[in-house]
Amino acid sequence: MCLAVPLKVIEIDGNDAVAELDGIKMKIRVDFVKDIKIGDYVYVHAGFAINKLDEKLAKENLELFREVANAAKNKSK
Amino acid sequence: MQLKINPSEVKDIVEFIKNYDKRKIKIMEVCGTHTMSIAKSGIKTILPENIKLISGPGCPVCVTAINRIDEILTLSQNPKVLIATFGDMLKVPGSRQGFNLATLKSMGAKVEVVYSAMDAISIAENNPDFEVVFLGIGFETTAPGTAVAIKEAKERNIKNFSVFSMHKFVEPALRALLDSKEIEIDAFICPGHVSTILGIKGFRFLADDYKKPSVISGFEPEDILTAIYKIIMQFEKNIAIIENEYMRIVTLEGNEFAQRIMEDVFEPVDDIWRGIGIIPKSGMGIKDTYCDFDTVKRFDIKLDFKDKLTICKCGDIIKGKIEPKECSLFAKLCSPENPIGPCMVSSEGACAAYYKYLRF
Repeated sequence: MCLAVPLKVIEIDGNDAVAELDGIKMKIRVDFVKDIKIGDYVYVHAGFAINKLDEKLAKENLELFREVANAAKNKSK
Repeated sequence: MQLKINPSEVKDIVEFIKNYDKRKIKIMEVCGTHTMSIAKSGIKTILPENIKLISGPGCPVCVTAINRIDEILTLSQNPKVLIATFGDMLKVPGSRQGFNLATLKSMGAKVEVVYSAMDAISIAENNPDFEVVFLGIGFETTAPGTAVAIKEAKERNIKNFSVFSMHKFVEPALRALLDSKEIEIDAFICPGHVSTILGIKGFRFLADDYKKPSVISGFEPEDILTAIYKIIMQFEKNIAIIENEYMRIVTLEGNEFAQRIMEDVFEPVDDIWRGIGIIPKSGMGIKDTYCDFDTVKRFDIKLDFKDKLTICKCGDIIKGKIEPKECSLFAKLCSPENPIGPCMVSSEGACAAYYKYLRF
């Protein structure tokens, strides 16, 4: 039940917003995320955006994975 | 945004974990969404014998005591009441076998499935002749949304809306499990979306107070594999710290807006958990400021806290004490079509996950 999916914000009106994924649109609330703008990705859980997906952090996350994969490879040798 | 993971890198981590044979490690994945992802991706099947993943008390529907289900089913018989609920609650049976919200709906009870607490407010506005009761189920990820709905109902003076709060805090349940010493847990994969709200600091107690290596993880198989790798490394280095693998949305402090709204509306109260019993200060009660929107007060429900006997072993499964296959009802009397207990009802219950992906 703690499922949350990243959706792209396409409309904002105060605490109400519309987000979409592959053309499927849904109404969401953005009470907990400030300074969002159209085009941002937010993680949506039960109709509420619980956080913004930060592109820079997403890249760092990928870096972390690469590091772990690399270390695992070296340790397996 | 295009960020792609190279499959050969996933393989490198899988190979390492597969061949790790240095020590026995029992890891609890707390969150039901992790349980589902682990089962679906096949991670369980690549683990060596010495590494075990056990499911924890992180499926909100599963941990809801049968007492509360009985109270909800009784409430649904009030002709003025319209129950608005997340779909997961529909088929959870009460003490009387065969009776759940879905069957009672077919017999005339007013039950609507909603995706968000805000939908329940709209239903209340559109049905002024009914008392709309929203079933507040979920942990810190879900509770802030319910809090917003309650605040909004107050601001907009919506008089026919209330919340039956069964929301719960994760920390007291994990502490209760660890303190009881009933089962051995060596490490934790911490729930990624509860952590999005609470921050890394919300799970520090696992390392600080209990010396358990813990990693906050995302929900992709790559996330979970990375978390398992990092847990192994902590044992190799003989350390116990909280690490954050889900850095793309989890921060140190978490979502302070959500925390504030949750604290404004809810306060910790003693609550009963299926299989575990009463855990002090583990439930989210609605504060007096918002008592007009508290279903328990509005309908004067006398909450039952007595232990009720249930025929299935969901309680032990929630605690990670046994696996679904060890329940004699599993895949025989109890299946997703005819669930006996909530672990089989909820799409992310351990029994449902096992039934779907790991039955054979």
